[in-house]
Order: sequence, then structure tokens, then C-alpha cells
Amino acid sequence: MRIVADRERCMSAGMCALTAPEVFDQDDEDGRVLVRESDPEAEAALRAADAIELCPSGALAAR
Amino acid sequence: MTAIETAAEETPHGMPYHRETRHDPPAALMALQERPLRRMTYYPDGAEGWLVTGHAASRKVLADPRFVTGEQFVRSPTDQPHFFVSSSRHVPPGFFFFFDPPEHTRLRRKVTGVFTLKRMNELGDRVADIVDERIAAMKAAGNAADLVREFALPVPSLVICEMLGVPYADRDHFQRTSSDIFDQALPIERRDEAGAELFGYVLGLVPAKRSDPEDDLLSSLAADPDLTDEEVGGIGMILLLAGHETTANMFGLGTLALLEHPDELARLRAEPGLMTGAVEELLRFLTVAHAGMMRIVKEDAEIDGHLLRAGEYLTVAPHAANRDPARFERPGELDLGRNTQGHIAFGHGVHQCVGQQLARVEMRIGFAKLLEAFPDLRLAVPPEEIALRTDMFIYGVDSLPVSW
Repeated sequence: MRIVADRERCMSAGMCALTAPEVFDQDDEDGRVLVRESDPEAEAALRAADAIELCPSGALAAR
Repeated sequence: MTAIETAAEETPHGMPYHRETRHDPPAALMALQERPLRRMTYYPDGAEGWLVTGHAASRKVLADPRFVTGEQFVRSPTDQPHFFVSSSRHVPPGFFFFFDPPEHTRLRRKVTGVFTLKRMNELGDRVADIVDERIAAMKAAGNAADLVREFALPVPSLVICEMLGVPYADRDHFQRTSSDIFDQALPIERRDEAGAELFGYVLGLVPAKRSDPEDDLLSSLAADPDLTDEEVGGIGMILLLAGHETTANMFGLGTLALLEHPDELARLRAEPGLMTGAVEELLRFLTVAHAGMMRIVKEDAEIDGHLLRAGEYLTVAPHAANRDPARFERPGELDLGRNTQGHIAFGHGVHQCVGQQLARVEMRIGFAKLLEAFPDLRLAVPPEEIALRTDMFIYGVDSLPVSW
């Protein structure tokens, strides 16, 4: 699994960092998504999948 | 066939908003959920549009860029002019809720850096101090108070004032104008006037923020060469308006809901670790944004086998969607330990609440400290005497007499 984030679509709601903090962070500048761990394992991978589904702007995907 | 079932077969005239209980969406609205996306007529002209009450369909349409807010709304889902109608008549520059991408994106990104999860968690200590001060003031004044006046409204107002750099001393003005803007029973002229007053108030703060900047959001926006003074005023207005009315109503109505569910309240008192999830469940269960999230169809779109035509209106009823049994088991029960993931109390799509991480921090700290400080908190009047804000864009209680 590889987590990818589209920073152009990102609206900085922070749902990803809230849901899977070990996988996602937010840019200090404008709150846009930063991927901390693109290949999470076990529990973190499950939380990342939740975050992908919850993202309000559809900016996240797993490939 | 019962009357409600018959009505559900027809194209309903507007979105039902008369409630039978304090905490549940209208039964007539819930009866419409049998068809999660359906035709509905709008006021005042009876034009047909759409109503969304299903959770999956709500998420789908709110995330779809073909449904927009950047046009002037002239129709309402109820017989009262909707907040969207009054506000979109004279949209202030910068009031990004009524813009679509890419302009919406440009404006929203001016403030998202200060509302990140990290920044909001760092603000926790300051929120805790504000909450402690309010609780101390309540205790000093006796053993009874109106929780809305003494706690629910002041806490988020103080927090957003500090963040923006708006003088809290001006609260009577901005709380009154905000309340008028959101009061759908008021004549639309008065609401337009209140909108202009609040915009004018924030705009009036901008020159001093530029010439004599402080460590606050209005100062940093005023220093941004990409923004006009009017845009700073509009951005400030949206944050001031949404920053205090929403959380205030969650505190008021949320406390009432907890007091009316003593088993759940006892459970939360016994297990403070439930608070993070409990806040999400209160958001889901109460969904104070009960006036609906309106959109206009920008181009023909097919959703779940329905053809939504350009120009038609669409209203998402998030309070119904958050009670959709297809998503949440026993949706009508307040269960502070449940998994609420995916609730749309903050909306969904590009307009999802920009201040949601602030609201979460305020509620977690506020409810935790309130319950800790007042182990014997109770209603001071019978619950049926509490006036409910059915006509307001944001649902809640006007006052909540409590004692301890």
C-alpha cells in the first residue's frame, strides 16, 4: 500500500490528522495534508483507510 | 396506510421542521428517509427540487463539485426564508461560504493554517483557563445560573475573540447581530441589516489591525497583500459568526441532552476517557445545523439513478442523515460509547467546517470541566419549559436554567 495525497484538492479540514495521526500531518502554513508515513502497517493502515474515506475533499487515496 | 406513509409517497412541500421532541429531528422528516434522495418543493414559488436525508447520499452530493453555493439563493426549503437566502442576497467579499472553488479555495486557505489540529490542541490550555474562569464566576454567584448566558455563549465567544483579535467588550453587538442573522423568523430586511452591521463592525477593525498589528488572525489577514480590507472583513465575519453560535448551542443543547439521559451522563462521569467519542456522539445525535445545507445544481448530474437538473435546488438534512439506520445502529439512541465515524454534523465536501478542530477542543474541555465542577448539576425547571430554537438556523436552547 502507498498513501498518496492531492494537496491541490486538500481543504485542510484536519480529518486525516485526527483519524490517523501517525500517517498524516498538517502543514503549518495553511493546514494542508502532509503524508508522514506512506506505507503504514497494521492498525495504522486501518486508520489510514478510515481517513481516506472520511476526507471531505477526496484528496487522499491508497495505491 | 398511515398519514405519514401517504405523505412519504408524495412530493413533500418543503422540509419538515416542527419537532415533537427536544432532541429528535421531526418525525415527518424522518418518515421521508424511506427515499434518501427525493423530490421536494421549495418556497416561496413551489419549484421542485431535491431533499437528501440519507447518509450515503448526503456525503455524495456534498462532495460533488456540481452542487454549488456560489450563486444567489432565492428559494427556501421551509416557509421561512433560509439563512442561505438572506445571506446570499448581499454576500460580503471574503465570506467564503458563498463562493465556489477556485475563489473559495484561495480565501479558505488564508485561515486554515491557524485552525489545524496541532494549533487547536496547543490552544487547549488557554481554553481550559477560559472555562475555569466561567465556572468560578458561576460558583461565586450562587448555586443556580442560566448555563447559556454564563457558560455556553461566553466560552466560545471569548475563544474566537482572542483568536481573531476582536474585543470581547463588543460582545453585545456581535452576539445580537449574529442571532438576528440566524433567526429565520425575522423579516428578511432585518436579517440583511444585521448582516451588513456585523460585516461593517469587523471591517471597521481592519485599519487598526494593519497600522498597529497584534498577535491575532485579523492582524495577519490585514497584513496579507493578497487580501482587500473588505475580504478581511468578510473572512472575519464568517469566523466570528460561526465561531460562537455553533459551539454555544452544542454546549447548551448538549448539556440538556446529558441531563435528560442520566444513565449516559453517569457513564461519562464514571469513564472520563469516553469524552472524545462522547463529543462526536453529541454532535451526531444533536446535529445543530438543522436548517439544512443547501446547494444549487450547476450542471445536470445523475445521482443514485436520479437526474438532478441544472438550476434545481438541493437540501441536505444532516440531522436526518446522522440518524440514518443504514449507517448508524439504533440511530435514535444517545450512546456515548458508539463509533460515530462519518457523521456529517460539520458537513462534508469543500465547505466542511473550517473550525471543527477548535469546536472539538472547546467541547472536550468544556464538558469535562463542567461535569467535574458540578457533580450535582441538574435542571432548575421542568424540561418542557425550556424554549427551543426551532426557528434558528442553528438549533439549540435560548436559555438553560440549571442548579447545583
